[in-house]
Amino acid sequence: MKRLEAVNDFVVKFANVNGSGSASANELFAKAILRMGVPVSPRNIFPSNIQGLPTWYEVRVSERGHLGRRGGIDMMVAMNPQTWDQDLRELEPGGYLFYDSTKPLPPSALRADVHALGMPMTAICSATYDDPRQRQLFKNILYVGALAQLLGIEPAVIETLFSEQYKGKEKLLASNIQALHLGLDFAREHLAHCAVGLQIRRRDSVGKRIFIDGNAAAALGCVYGGATVCAWYPITPSSSLAEAFQSYCAKLRVDPASGERRYAVVQAEDEIASIGMVTGAGWNGARAFTATSGPGVSLMAEFIGLAYFAEIPVTIINVQRGGPSTGMPTRTQQADILACAYASHGDTKHVLLFPQDPRECFDHAAAALDLADRLQTPVFVMTDLDIGMNQRLCEPFEWDDSRAYDRGKVISAAELEAGRDFGRYKDVDGDGIPWRTLPATHPTKGAYFTRGTTRDPYARYSEAGTDYLYNVERLLKKFATAATLVPPPEVRPAARRTRLGVLYFGSTSPAMHEALDTLAEAGIHLDAMRLRAFPFADSVREFIAAHAEVFVVEQNRDAQMRTLLVNELGVAPKRLVATLHFDGTPITARFIAQSITAHVHREVTAPKEKVK
Amino acid sequence: MTFLAKPRLHHPSLETNRVGYTRRDYEGKISTLCAGCGHDSISAAIVQACWQLDIEPHRVAKLSGIGCSSKTPDYFLGASHGFNTVHGRMPSVLTGANLANRELLYLGVSGDGDSASIGLGQFAHAMRRGVNMVYIVENNGVYGLTKGQFSATADRGSKSKKGVSNADNPIDLAALALQLGATYVARGFSGDKAQLVPLIEGAIRHHGAAFIDVVSPCVAFNNHAGSTRSYDHVRAHNEAVARIDFIDLAKEVTASPAPGDAIDLPQADGTVLRLRKLRADFDPTDRLAALGLVQGLGARGEVATGLLYIEPGATDLHAALKTPSTPLNRLAEAELCPGAQALEKINASLR
Repeated sequence: MKRLEAVNDFVVKFANVNGSGSASANELFAKAILRMGVPVSPRNIFPSNIQGLPTWYEVRVSERGHLGRRGGIDMMVAMNPQTWDQDLRELEPGGYLFYDSTKPLPPSALRADVHALGMPMTAICSATYDDPRQRQLFKNILYVGALAQLLGIEPAVIETLFSEQYKGKEKLLASNIQALHLGLDFAREHLAHCAVGLQIRRRDSVGKRIFIDGNAAAALGCVYGGATVCAWYPITPSSSLAEAFQSYCAKLRVDPASGERRYAVVQAEDEIASIGMVTGAGWNGARAFTATSGPGVSLMAEFIGLAYFAEIPVTIINVQRGGPSTGMPTRTQQADILACAYASHGDTKHVLLFPQDPRECFDHAAAALDLADRLQTPVFVMTDLDIGMNQRLCEPFEWDDSRAYDRGKVISAAELEAGRDFGRYKDVDGDGIPWRTLPATHPTKGAYFTRGTTRDPYARYSEAGTDYLYNVERLLKKFATAATLVPPPEVRPAARRTRLGVLYFGSTSPAMHEALDTLAEAGIHLDAMRLRAFPFADSVREFIAAHAEVFVVEQNRDAQMRTLLVNELGVAPKRLVATLHFDGTPITARFIAQSITAHVHREVTAPKEKVK
Repeated sequence: MTFLAKPRLHHPSLETNRVGYTRRDYEGKISTLCAGCGHDSISAAIVQACWQLDIEPHRVAKLSGIGCSSKTPDYFLGASHGFNTVHGRMPSVLTGANLANRELLYLGVSGDGDSASIGLGQFAHAMRRGVNMVYIVENNGVYGLTKGQFSATADRGSKSKKGVSNADNPIDLAALALQLGATYVARGFSGDKAQLVPLIEGAIRHHGAAFIDVVSPCVAFNNHAGSTRSYDHVRAHNEAVARIDFIDLAKEVTASPAPGDAIDLPQADGTVLRLRKLRADFDPTDRLAALGLVQGLGARGEVATGLLYIEPGATDLHAALKTPSTPLNRLAEAELCPGAQALEKINASLR
């Protein structure tokens, strides 16, 4: 029988029942490999449920540093009888099945082309522990121990992780180490006959990188970026972002002497109230943000239009999930591009940032707060479940202590006192961005009445067509200014001259980078541009113009980014080839490489059309 | 509906308050509401209250939703920043503004459509959070700007101008505010300025969620026979339960011991509010009793007015959130950004 063999390059998937305590054991497994200097990239695949439904944790081990989802499973840790058949089917031929053999299984329940490794975990736990909860929890540690033995993970590394986790809780530390060794010992004594060809070997390929989820990283970016007001409503997959903001603030923003908190977090009654509070705080000069997902953005739409037209700084972090409607709350997509770019009624357009990993979640969250103040407009950080709720290896966070917050164009009392002319909606600098005053700035000067309806440049109510045109055309000018301030796209040129280009963004990055390597090895070369923001920089138009065909890789059905490119840049739609993945799972390098290869092959083999 | 602006020039003899402003300094743009609209009387009462309490106009933030009532903040306190937000969502914007700068006076102006229909949820949650604000609903029981539809506060059985009878039960916002934890709840009548001005003053001095339901007849669409929000009907059914005699602004309590039916209520800012009870069975610091009284009178078709409830030791959202005394919008990088060194430590913990 074929036996998969690989060192530091394979995929292990854990099939568990949610609520069984498996998450921390699985994370322990991933972290132990990282501590041995080998990059891993884990992904939670979980239900919208608290207890009892299937949940999976897929760990890709890749010494070469490929952090995207690969596709295919080399080893399955099958802990959930409900999904047994499905889990077994997913295994690559020659792969390994690790399972609880307390109850003997008939040969028909197994696969002839897969190596089965049984361990009577339930029996061992029942014999060792009296408490039912302990039996359940330590079963998870038991399999981590056995896997460590089978895959060559150093037990000392896991013990170190335990001692960090259970510092000061010695009893827990001892019982976890005991469970770990039960697993190690069993595998050494009973499973040695089946040499597992998948092995971890110590390397130095992780470097200074950190391992964190994007929601926590974005929350930390908001702390560093100076957000003081966070209003939110719980919604998967964004809830942990607001909660992380609160817990980082509790550590970093509390005055040790007085106990005063230099932040305010309000869990609102719904997303409409969340965005209302953020709008009020932004109007009054505090940096404020909300974190939400697609359905929340839909509810916020009216306010987003108000903030756009009243010109109020607002930061919205959209951790995208599968849509439409309530969609697939625990699955990932990039399907809110158009809903956010043009959110609200009337003529509106909004600034979008597209972080590719937790490091950029941090950077873009802090940048969004600056941009919102500078541009006096809503700014979206468009992350997604894949980045937001999975820990990802990324570059360490950096902060330059000399960096000053850009509070934008705010007129001071002294300037008003000196007689400076103040027209709230007047373009005095030629960039479309007006100056504003904050409430209570000056006793007699600078007050104005903010409205969502039409007004003249001095904020006086006006329904005159000329005043309306002045306003909305100035807003277009402001949007053009935004294109020069947002993070610019990044280009990865092909190794050789090519007529093909590819545009991608956000969580697609790691899969795209791996696919580019694969494609290049197969002789398909593409210049690649990673979009980091909307409005698009001029270089995006130039990139498209410089290639005969440009693939646009995205994770939604309707090619929303492609639509935005066609609409905003006036690009001929034929030049942009939609490459779409939207089943709710994270996009894979295999998918991208196959799609692009198929398209290229079709072109080569198709009868030539007469070139017009 | 005033077509001629009053001249900006003040008569030199016009009286100034302790912060140096005349009453005229608290006025705003010319009202565009209908002649005789109750809302204009409420605007005038707000002007009067702010002037009398020596509030500096620029220290007030005016927020409103959508509707006739929500237009009024443009017609008073012209030197204050104002924000005419979206329909029914003023409370959340006010809450956010208040979080940003706790030092200002937040004046929320809304209507019955705005607060009892589309914005009932936001109304409720602002009350239960204890946002420090003066929340005034200019309640006429009708949609004016869209020409005469019933609102959610219209009484069951009351008649619209077109003669339609209202089949739905009314929402009593004062009773709701009492139930939801507002710490100052009053009801006034736009036709009784002598009662209304002290109610607004009391709300301004109060530190917590202060709500005033002001019955304010709509002369265009709800002032006819058969309406229960007409001037005549409200005058005939107004049942005042208490009257604010005065608000003593002195930091020390100089008021003499309260005689008989007068109660002295010390406020969080050191002032004293003297209340004169108009009913022997009334205790304005008893939330449940106030609720019983308001609903009891309501069931008999009477409108309970006056200060209905006050919690003397009230606290607000900022106290619950333990925010610093310096407004959040004035904190600088040094107080907000933990810096590179702390970030290095965080990085180290993530490896």
